[in-house]
Order: sequence, then structure tokens, then C-alpha cells
Amino acid sequence: MKTFPIGGVHPSDNKKWSKAKAIETMELPDVVMIPLAQHIGAPATAVVAKGDTVKVGEKIAEATGFMSANIHAPISGTVTAVDMQPNGQGLRQMMITIKREGDEWAEGIDLSTDLVKECNLSSAEIIARIKEAGIVGMGGATFPTHVKLSIPEGKRAEILIINGVECEPYLTSDYRTMLERGEELLVGTSILMKAVSVEKAVIGVENNKPDAIKHLKELAKGYNGIEVKALKTMYPQGGEKQLIAAVTGREVPAPPALPIDVGAVVCNASTAVAVYEAVQKNKPLVQRVVTVTGKSIKDTKNLLTRFGTPVSALIEKCGGLPEGDNRVLNGGPMMGRPMSNLQSPVMKGCSGITVLSGAEALRGEPSACIKCAKCVEACPMGLEPYLLAKQAKKKAWEAMEKNDIVSCIECGCCQFTCPANIALLDYVRLGKQTVMGIIRARNAKK
Amino acid sequence: MANRTIVASAPHIHGSLSTTKLMSDVIIALIPALAVSVYVYGWGVLAVTAVSIGCCVLFEALIQKFLVRGKQTITNLSAVVTGLLLAMNMPANIPLWIVAVGALIAIGVAKMPFGGLGKNPFNPAIVARIFLLIAYPVQMTSFALPSTEGFVDAYSGATPLAAIKGAMYSGNVGELVANFDILGMFAGNMAGSFGEVATLALLLGFAYLLVRRVITWHIPVSIFVTVAAFAAIYGAVSFDDPHLVSNFTLFHLLSGGVVLGAVFMATDYVTSPMTTKGMVIYGVGIGLLTMIIRLWGSYPEGMSFAILIMNSVVPLINKYVKPRRFGSKR
Amino acid sequence: MNTLIFTVVTLCVVGVVAALILYFVAQKFKVEEDPRIDDVEKMLPGANCGGCGYPGCRGLACALVEQEDISSLYCSVGGADCMKAVADYLGKAAPVKEPQVATVRCGGTCEKRPRTTTYAGTHSCAIAHSLYTGETNCAYGCLGYGDCVEACAFDAIHINPETGLAEVDADKCTACGACVAACPKGIIELRKRWPKNRAIYVSCVSKDKGPATMKACKAGCIGCGKCLKVCEFGAITIENNLAFIDSTKCRLCRKCVAECPTGAIKMIGLAPLPPKEKPTTETK
Repeated sequence: MKTFPIGGVHPSDNKKWSKAKAIETMELPDVVMIPLAQHIGAPATAVVAKGDTVKVGEKIAEATGFMSANIHAPISGTVTAVDMQPNGQGLRQMMITIKREGDEWAEGIDLSTDLVKECNLSSAEIIARIKEAGIVGMGGATFPTHVKLSIPEGKRAEILIINGVECEPYLTSDYRTMLERGEELLVGTSILMKAVSVEKAVIGVENNKPDAIKHLKELAKGYNGIEVKALKTMYPQGGEKQLIAAVTGREVPAPPALPIDVGAVVCNASTAVAVYEAVQKNKPLVQRVVTVTGKSIKDTKNLLTRFGTPVSALIEKCGGLPEGDNRVLNGGPMMGRPMSNLQSPVMKGCSGITVLSGAEALRGEPSACIKCAKCVEACPMGLEPYLLAKQAKKKAWEAMEKNDIVSCIECGCCQFTCPANIALLDYVRLGKQTVMGIIRARNAKK
Repeated sequence: MANRTIVASAPHIHGSLSTTKLMSDVIIALIPALAVSVYVYGWGVLAVTAVSIGCCVLFEALIQKFLVRGKQTITNLSAVVTGLLLAMNMPANIPLWIVAVGALIAIGVAKMPFGGLGKNPFNPAIVARIFLLIAYPVQMTSFALPSTEGFVDAYSGATPLAAIKGAMYSGNVGELVANFDILGMFAGNMAGSFGEVATLALLLGFAYLLVRRVITWHIPVSIFVTVAAFAAIYGAVSFDDPHLVSNFTLFHLLSGGVVLGAVFMATDYVTSPMTTKGMVIYGVGIGLLTMIIRLWGSYPEGMSFAILIMNSVVPLINKYVKPRRFGSKR
Repeated sequence: MNTLIFTVVTLCVVGVVAALILYFVAQKFKVEEDPRIDDVEKMLPGANCGGCGYPGCRGLACALVEQEDISSLYCSVGGADCMKAVADYLGKAAPVKEPQVATVRCGGTCEKRPRTTTYAGTHSCAIAHSLYTGETNCAYGCLGYGDCVEACAFDAIHINPETGLAEVDADKCTACGACVAACPKGIIELRKRWPKNRAIYVSCVSKDKGPATMKACKAGCIGCGKCLKVCEFGAITIENNLAFIDSTKCRLCRKCVAECPTGAIKMIGLAPLPPKEKPTTETK
């Protein structure tokens, strides 16, 4: 069985807590706050104002330029404010606040659950619909999908890879989606194949999800050119570059090279389902499956949640936060962002809410680096985290750039594995941000 | 405000590795060799080991408390590992005060002045061993002959390497090589520092370290291969009889500190390279230097000198030998 | 005897050859440099802090010697005396700059600005700042992890463990600006230095609206504008719900301090204005 070529770690996945829980629908919130920046790229521009009434699925913010995405109303009601509100990290961001009245969907959206297999649209039409529906990568990176599917001049896609790896420990939202919405996933995959004009698609799933592999393999028999591939479990296999290497054996060169340079287009499994809904049902992206999990969460769940629902409501629904100090994460325990403001809304990239409590919420005491080289061994990009962290501490940005800091994917393997408990990624990330800033400034000057 | 949100950046979970765990794995891996030594040389071995470990830990604790004035670091067990390795590099019948001097050199000169664990450029146990070898050459090379009855007697014998060194000067190497008891050497039946004789037990420890993923195979294997290849070529040039060549090769692999050094001393995290490519370069360097010292140097054994010399090259290796970056050519 | 002579002769020959080589190499690679650069460098304080924008004191010395007009160059560590000495030596007009001092514009002590979360990551303002807005509800205030302390080459800024805020030791501060650059929140400002280190400044940089600021911190500026109305010198401006006192226009009249409802306007080395019922006597 295959996996990616360099590094990787084996965190205990603890998916057992929520993997058996079927997707449940979260109650509609009374008030939602919709940030205009839910994706990589320029924040969307609001097209509604205070006092407007909106229906579910109605466009409330429009993409600003190419590298951006539309945003639709996740509930029906009245817009009460378009202003700056704190996000999950306390940062003020532009958000649209909607007060709910009933649950009325916009016209033209097919709400039936019947499977629509037939799709006679052209590549350009499909991409246009995806763009209209505001679909972004739902694995967490939130890269606008229509941008990814628009193959640049002179490049050609050879293979579509559907990311069903879900290598992030604890999370099960993609897993439940693959199990419960397998048919839609496969139709979505065929649509995506058509969009980028490839004959071959591979759905990569790690072998810690044998039932999902079996289920999808069974279903894939009815579709042309779609193969389900079991991959050896290893974190961070869900990283785009790692997944391409695991599936095709090809390695995407260092930035600024992109997956398309090795002929691959990667989409997340949940994104493929969203694509199905957008193209076949005309349903924009207004909700997603969010796993609420953690050792101390009484009733872990996989919740189909409308965007804008406060994170605290989801945690309440699952039995609430335990007494004492908790670390609450937007995402999983390896790459999730910690949240300081639990009133912040669920967004397009939020695949899970992970709660760590008590001792597990705290970091271990760091000690001296013993140069054991475990971080070098674990780095999936072949970097030297110990060296980069040291250079970041010394603010040696040029040296960091020479040591390929821009290749870092911030997967956290180095810090996870460090026996001395050193916060390697804290420094490496700071260095990466600074070096990227320096490079951008240099490019802007040219 | 009973409930507070804790904020720290990703990753939010940590693996099970810790410095203490790694060090205790090294100690566990050394126990079989120690047990064989006790069996071969008697209880004196334990006395030397106890004094060595005790002194190393004590010196580190005192230095940390009164000179560095930092947090106590002995719980990471690195001083225990240093003490154990230092002991295993000494003859079983060495005066105990020399052991204490060795511990002082290892901790007080080779380790703590550089900033303690992780910052020392040279392997503390090796530095101490070489210091003792030069300062107390008689005591350090008066090896007890294997004995199974209680404390060792005062008889001392030449190590196989010293014997071959002597033979090289007198010119009857071939005869000596033909009569080596390779199997006996494998089991630990030879004179030498007490930790280095039990080859089989040391290899057992190697296997344990590999299984526990404490070390990778790169350094020990590249040392073994280099030593074997060098010995085989030298043997092929010197002897006509293929039996002698293979005996000569095996002899060099099993004698002296090759196994102990390759598995436990050269792989010391702090003083070995950070990349697998670098580790191979380092291992080959140690193998070459060891054989050069053994065959042409004035000392019969060159393992510890070779490791010390290659330790000094490690920063250079780390600077120029980079791991293969993802996406670059294989 | 022969050995001795041979040794001595050999050593002498080696010495002469080496000297010749050194001489020719020195000739070949000789760099013509204005000797005044060395002299000017000696006049500079030698802190190599980089506060002037040049890499070290020698960098500034080169610039001072080479540039015709040195009015834009200034060493705040050496101050006016040092610059005058350098200018006199070079025969150029001395650059003039008001003496300055670094000022930490945050009054959100532990007491006034309650912590709502606990940061458990690496003790660094830059790292904490890139992760989230900080332990309190104020997104603008001092984080207190001491990046400025680390940046200061003069031991002039420290974190007060009681307030959790950075504090400047004005006597030691040389206004080199290292802390200003190090602070990710942009709290530290170089302000005009008054005699006896007197100062009046708005000790807050929160751009939040009044209610949000009040909720997060009892010592924050809520942008009410009362100070603006009493200022006779036009030193105060209000932008983004935040008052700012221009230290070059302020005359330390203290009226604004008395007006501020939250105590966000801080005063150092000055007695508060006498109570208000006096205006009758003042007009006479």
C-alpha cells in the first residue's frame, strides 16, 4: 500500500469517538453572522444592506475579483447589520448579521433528495455554476474551487484526485459524508472530471476507514474512470502535495509550482458533494458537516450545520464544554486554529470543532534540543525544522529563505514528534510568515 | 470566570516521545551487554558502573545547582547514559578513583561547560575515555582476563588488537590471524574494556534501539560496512589464503570497540549529524579513521579517536548536507 | 652548533618571505578610505543599535562623511551634543532633532483589563499576535510577552509583572526605535522628551467603538472627544474612536488630563491641575 515518500507521523486518530455517529441536522440558529472572508483571496463584497430581507441561498456577497468566492444567505430573514465583528481569534472582520424568520429557500433550488446522475453541461458551464455557488475547498484550506478548476493556458490536467484521506486526527466529517452520500460524491467526481477534462479520477482514502473504502469501491463500479485507492495511514497524507505523491508518485516541485504542474487537480470529498449539489440541484454552499469531538465532549456528533451558526451552539448541542480550562479548535488537533471567541460563526472551511480539556489543553514544558533529528525525519517536505526554528529565533530571515522555508506546509509533524517538547512550529510559522512578506514586498518592487 | 479558553497554536497534541524516554531506551539496550560483562568479569563490573553513573549524575547535579543555577536536568537521564557508556569503556579491574576522574572529565569538561545536554560538540564519554587513556595508560590498558569466579584476579592480558599490533611489528600476523577464536569473541570471551566484549549482547541492544526507533540504521551499518570493506581489502592484499582474509575481516569487526562504538557511542544524538545522508558520511568517516589508526597508527585501537575526530566534522556536515527536499530530484 | 645556525637562518628566511608576501598583499588589496570615517566613528556612541537606520555606527559614520547635507542623519543615542561635535569636525551644519523618548501607549493593567483567555504558546508577542488578538478582549493592547524588552539594547524597557505592561525607563531610553519596530501591536511611539521626563499622552491605541473598548478595558480611550474641546493648542486629534496628542504641539497644560473620563490620558512628572472651581481667580 502506498503513501507519500518523505517523513510523516502517526498520531492516534481517535476517530472512534465520532465515527459511528450518523450525520444529524443542526437546528437553525436565530441569528447568524456571515464573515465576508471565508476563503483564501480577497474578501467578498456585500450586496445586501441593513434592513434587506433574504431567502436561503440568495447571494448576499459577491466575489471581489477572480480569487474570491460568492457568499449566500444560510438562513432566511432580515439583515440587521453589516459591520465589523470579532472572528474566532478576536480579530475584527466584516460580517453580515441576519435575523432568522422561518426557513424559506430561494426559488430555483431543488431541495429533493433524488439522485440526478445526468449532466450535459460543458466544462465552462460547470465551472460557472461552481463559481456562482461560492464553493471553496472544504478540507480547511478554503481555496476557491472555480479557480482551481480553471486550468491555466498551456497546462493540462491528467488526473483528478478526490481527497477522502481525512488524515487530521479526531475528525470524521468527510468520513461520514463518504459513507452517507457516496452516490452524490461519485456524481460530483464525474462532474469535476468533466470540468477539468480528464478521463481518470482517483478517490484516495486512508486504510483506517475500511468501510468507506469498501462502500465507495462498490459504488464506483457504476462510474467510468473512477478508482478508489486505499492509502497507508500516515499524517499529513491529506496535504495536497503529499496526496498527489501518494497517488501518482509525482512530486510537486517547491513553490511557486502548483499541483497542475504535475498534471493533478485535487478536490476534497465534501467539496465534490457540494459540487454535485451546485451543478445538479442549483444549490449554493450554505451548510456543511461539522464534527464536534473531543475526549471530554459528552455526546460527540457530526452535524450538518448552516454557516454562521455560533460555535458555542454546536458545543452546547453536544453536551457543552466541560468544567475547567479548555482549548477549543476550529479544525482538528494537528492543524486546527485555536479559538478565543466561541460566539464566532461556523464557516466554509470548518470541518470540525475539537475540544481539548484539562491537562491535554496545556503544552508540555520545553527542554533543551538534543539534536535527535526526529523533526528532520518527520518533516514531510524534507526541511530541517530544528534549524529553521533556530534561525527564526535569531531573525535570520535570509538564511531561512535559503533553507526553503516557503515549502513548509505547517503540518506540525516536527513539533508533534519533538521529544524535548520544543514549540518548533511556532517559530517556523513566524519565520514563514515573515519570509513570505519579504518575498511579496520584493516581487511588488519589481 | 471558572472556565477559561486556553489558546496556543497548532499542533495541539504531542507524540509520546520525550528525552527521558529515549535515554531510558538506550539504558535498557545496554543492559544485556552489562549482564554479559558481569558474567564474564565478575561483580567488579558493577562497582565500576555504579561509581561511574553515580559520579556523572552527582557532578551534573552539582554543576547545574551551583554553577549554572538553572533547572535541574538530571531527570532526563542523559548523565546516566554518559556514566554507563563511560564505565563500559573501561577495564573491569580499574581503580575506582580513576572512574571518578573520568566522570568529572565527561561531565565537568566535555558536557556542562558547553551548556549541558544538546550543546556539547564532543561525546562526553569518549572525551573522558581518551583523557584517561592518555593520563593513565597503564591502568586503562591492564585488562582483566575473563573470569567467572567472583571478583577478578590481578592477571591482566593483552587485547586481541594489542596482540595483532605486536604481531605486526614482529611480522607473524598470518599465524595469529589463523588462530583467532572468532566465535569466542562473538560471545564475549576476550580481553578488553568490559562493555565492548559482549558483541552478541550489544547487537541485541542495537536491534532493540532499531525496533524502538530510537536510532536509525545509518550510522552503525555504515561503520560496519566501511570497517569490513577496509579490512577485507587490506587482508586480500596481505594474505593469500581466503580463510585468513575472512578471519581478518571478522576479527576487525568483532574486536575492540567497533560494535559498542558504532551502536552506542557514534549514534549519540548531540554529536552526530541531523540527516540520513550526513549520517552515512559520518559513519564511513569513522570506519575509515578507525582502520587507519588500527593498521598504521601507534595505538592498537582507533574507534574512540575516530568518533572524536568525526564529532568535530559534524557541524560542517550539518551545514552542507541537506535532506532531500520534497519535489526536488531524487 | 650547525643545527642551531640552520634553525635560526631558516626561521629568519621564513619570516622575511612571509613579511614580503604580507606587504605586497596589503599593497594590492589596499582600500582607500577617508580617515575621517574612523574619527567620526569614534565620536559616535558605539552602541551599534541600528536606531539611525544604518548597519552599526560605522555605517552612520560613512554616511555622515560622504553626504553633503547631513540634516537627515541623526544619532538619537548620542543626542545633540554628539551630533554637534561630529558636525563641527566635518565642517557641516549639525542636524537638529528634538530629543525623544519611547512611550508605551497602553494602560490596560491586569486589573483594568481582565484576562478572558489564557495563552499557552511560546512567550513571544510576534507569535501570539499572529495567532490571535490576545488574552484580553482588547485587540489592540499590550500583550506583555516582552518582544520590546528583547529588542532593547540599553536595558531601558521592562515588563512590570504587576501590571503585565511594558514600561520605559526614560533615563536609559535613547529613542533608538528598536522597541517601536519590535512591537507587533504598534503601541510604542517615540515622543518629544520634556525636561525631567515630563509627559502627557493618550495611553491607549484601541480603535474600537466606545462601548466595545469600555467592555474590554477600564482604562481605554473611548473617543468621547472631551479632551479635544479643551485643548487650546490643537494638539489633539480624534480618529477611529481614538484620541491622539501630538507631542510636538502639546504644551503640557494638563487640561485634557482632567477631562478624560477613563483616565486614558496619562501624565508623568506633573502635578494634577487644581480643582475646577478656580476659574474666577484665574481670569484676573
